[in-house]
Amino acid sequence: MSQESGHYYVPAPSTYPIIGSTAILFMGSGAALTMNKMETGYWLLAIGFTILVYMLFKWFGTVARESESGKYDTQVDKSFRWGMSWFIFTEVMFFCAFFGALFYMRNLSIPWLTEESTVLGNSFWSTFDGKWPTAGPGTHDPFTPMGAWGLPAFNTLLLLTSGVTCTLAHWALKANNRSGLKNWLLATIVLGATFLGCQAYEYVHAYQDLNLMLTSGAYGSTFFMLTGFHGFHVTVGTIMLIVIWFRCVAGHFTPEKHFGFEGVAWYWHFVDVVWLGLFVFVYLM
Amino acid sequence: MAAVHGDVHGHEHDEHHPSGMMRWITTTNHKDIGSMYLWFSFAMFMVGGTLAMGIRAELFQPGIQILEPELFNQFTTLHGLIMVFGAIMPAFVGFANWQVPMMIGAPDMAFARMNNWSFWLLPVAATLLISSFFVPGGAAAGGWTFYPPLSTQGGLGVDLMIFSVHILGASSIMGSINIITTILNMRAPGMTLMKMPMFVWTWLITAYLLVLVMPVLAGVVTMLLTDRHFGTSFFNAAGGGDPVMFQHIFWFFGHPEVYIMILPAFGIVSEIIPTFSRKPLFGYSSMVYATASIAILSCVVWAHHMFTAGMPTVGQLFFMYATMLIAVPTGVKVFNWTATMWRGSMTFETPMLFAIGFIFLFVVGGFSGVICAIVPIDIQVQDTYYVIAHFHYVLVSGALFALFAGVYYWLPKWTGRMYNETLGKAHFWLSMIFFNVTFFVQHFLGLAGMPRRIPDYNIQFADFNMVSSIGAFGFGLTQLLFFYIVINCIRSGEKASQKQWDGATTLEWTHLPTPAPYHSFEKPPIIK
Repeated sequence: MSQESGHYYVPAPSTYPIIGSTAILFMGSGAALTMNKMETGYWLLAIGFTILVYMLFKWFGTVARESESGKYDTQVDKSFRWGMSWFIFTEVMFFCAFFGALFYMRNLSIPWLTEESTVLGNSFWSTFDGKWPTAGPGTHDPFTPMGAWGLPAFNTLLLLTSGVTCTLAHWALKANNRSGLKNWLLATIVLGATFLGCQAYEYVHAYQDLNLMLTSGAYGSTFFMLTGFHGFHVTVGTIMLIVIWFRCVAGHFTPEKHFGFEGVAWYWHFVDVVWLGLFVFVYLM
Repeated sequence: MAAVHGDVHGHEHDEHHPSGMMRWITTTNHKDIGSMYLWFSFAMFMVGGTLAMGIRAELFQPGIQILEPELFNQFTTLHGLIMVFGAIMPAFVGFANWQVPMMIGAPDMAFARMNNWSFWLLPVAATLLISSFFVPGGAAAGGWTFYPPLSTQGGLGVDLMIFSVHILGASSIMGSINIITTILNMRAPGMTLMKMPMFVWTWLITAYLLVLVMPVLAGVVTMLLTDRHFGTSFFNAAGGGDPVMFQHIFWFFGHPEVYIMILPAFGIVSEIIPTFSRKPLFGYSSMVYATASIAILSCVVWAHHMFTAGMPTVGQLFFMYATMLIAVPTGVKVFNWTATMWRGSMTFETPMLFAIGFIFLFVVGGFSGVICAIVPIDIQVQDTYYVIAHFHYVLVSGALFALFAGVYYWLPKWTGRMYNETLGKAHFWLSMIFFNVTFFVQHFLGLAGMPRRIPDYNIQFADFNMVSSIGAFGFGLTQLLFFYIVINCIRSGEKASQKQWDGATTLEWTHLPTPAPYHSFEKPPIIK
């Protein structure tokens, strides 16, 4: 039962938000306890995460059903477009914080710590040359930085190709070519999953062979936080693509109306672009 | 029921909505959610205010009387966090929820269910934040700006604060995306952007600031978390990081944040001054451009919070001049408000009193802001009570007075009843007097060198501190009067008319009955 106000679809009262908030309460307190090595924390986290997954599943399911039953007119569709655009913008800003930290360390704080620098007035670390990649002057655990032209270059190829297949799926959808849509979408999912596999392999390689860890000073912090958050976003994006694939199989979307598909495609291109930034500034330079 | 009476009672389907607590928990109605935001922020205002009373009680006399230094630090930290994230910001979002759909002729917010979630995340965040007082090691005590290395130390309380900030950020982002989408997509036909009420304009620009900077705050607290628990070196010089970098990233969020808390206040005042001057707002388009200019400039001035943290002279000069530049569009606004009043048929009901009080005191805070922007002076007054006085003039007599003004202005529309005008005026005058007693003397304390966030002080500061504490107790008690006025209005106020203020021109007064119906505009009005 909705609040039928004019033509714009205003959904009926819903329990999903409070379920989501309950999940977040469990997860927030659970995470805080976990960080401080308190056993209850893991349980709280697990409970919270389960509730959150349940809530997301139900909520998005409801949205998909509402959409398929024709409740969303063009104005609602436009709202979704604005909403998704600005959500992606906030994600961009989140990555900006970490890229900003990378640039700041490389161009400002590390040069300030070197022997030639006069900013600090004296030289605490007279032997520190500040050459990137570095773990900083106070760490004495040598590591090998991650090269750009092996796996990372292959990963770049994977993601760029997945951007193409994603667009091909979109074109197929617009041409009402359903089998093309499903196949290209599946190809995109496979490429995304392969990327994640390569990324996982790279992490193992870094820890086991290169002695490159999250604790490896400035380089380790920025390398793992940037690639880690990107990998998390690719994971979310892949899950979203899988959901969309199932919706396509179930016969959802028409050549004219398919915002669910487009929103996920936008998101996929966003993780693609972030990767290009990563490849240039984290791996290459 | 609906089948029998459906035609007669257009809103019959409302009866199928859950009642009691479930109505509030599950609601997708912008007015219900707006009310919850406002009550939540008032509750947080009381909590944050109680902490402030504790701080002022300790500072009543030199020496340590009530609060041990550790607890005192927790009080100042949580006072700041709760007032900023729990009281002021949610209150403005509450106003946006109530007013934006009514002022643009929309049925509701664009994403009604998400609107509910962005509210219900707030009690969760508040629970984490306040419960941190009761965990081993106590709450975060490194100041509301939680600079490392203080914040990389500390225990569970700091982690609770970090996750609380994450949740508050998520709530703000959802709220602001909702507001942007509502304003851009749901205006009544004919309401072009340049015909929107100023309050709607200021919220549109504020929402843009929020989506720009809240993710950056989420990023920086995440770095803090990984530095604390996972061995990263973002703020650790031994690993090549820099604690000053935290300040840069934090204030990239933090400076636009202060405008997030004042731009909607400008919007409220820009609605009230024309109504009670019975003249249209002077220089409407220049108001819009000034608001946008302030928002853009606010993104390039952050380092004026860090003049003593070490930065090249060129950086100091840039941030000094950029900061002073903000005075220009702000001056345009003050000029326009004054020019709106010029030769108007003015009356001085409570909303107008608070709005005029806002202009006077906000200008004081604005001027002390320009003074703080001057590098050589700032180096002297950094972290003294001068800064405390400055930002309380813009946040209490700025943001908070505008919130009071807005509550009195729209209460008749929201509740259908009038508040008690005599008591409202008493609330204004008591607030005005006690506010200045509390904070004006803090300028002198700061110039004389009294540092902030310290529970004890030199005997030379004793007199002014006692004056300030007396003012603070008075100000705190006065707010109980405000609570009484609002409750009294809801329960037994006189019936208000549709256009309670004869000078009002916005849609909620001209097109909607009083009290505003549960669903604002079933059919959008046509704007000529």
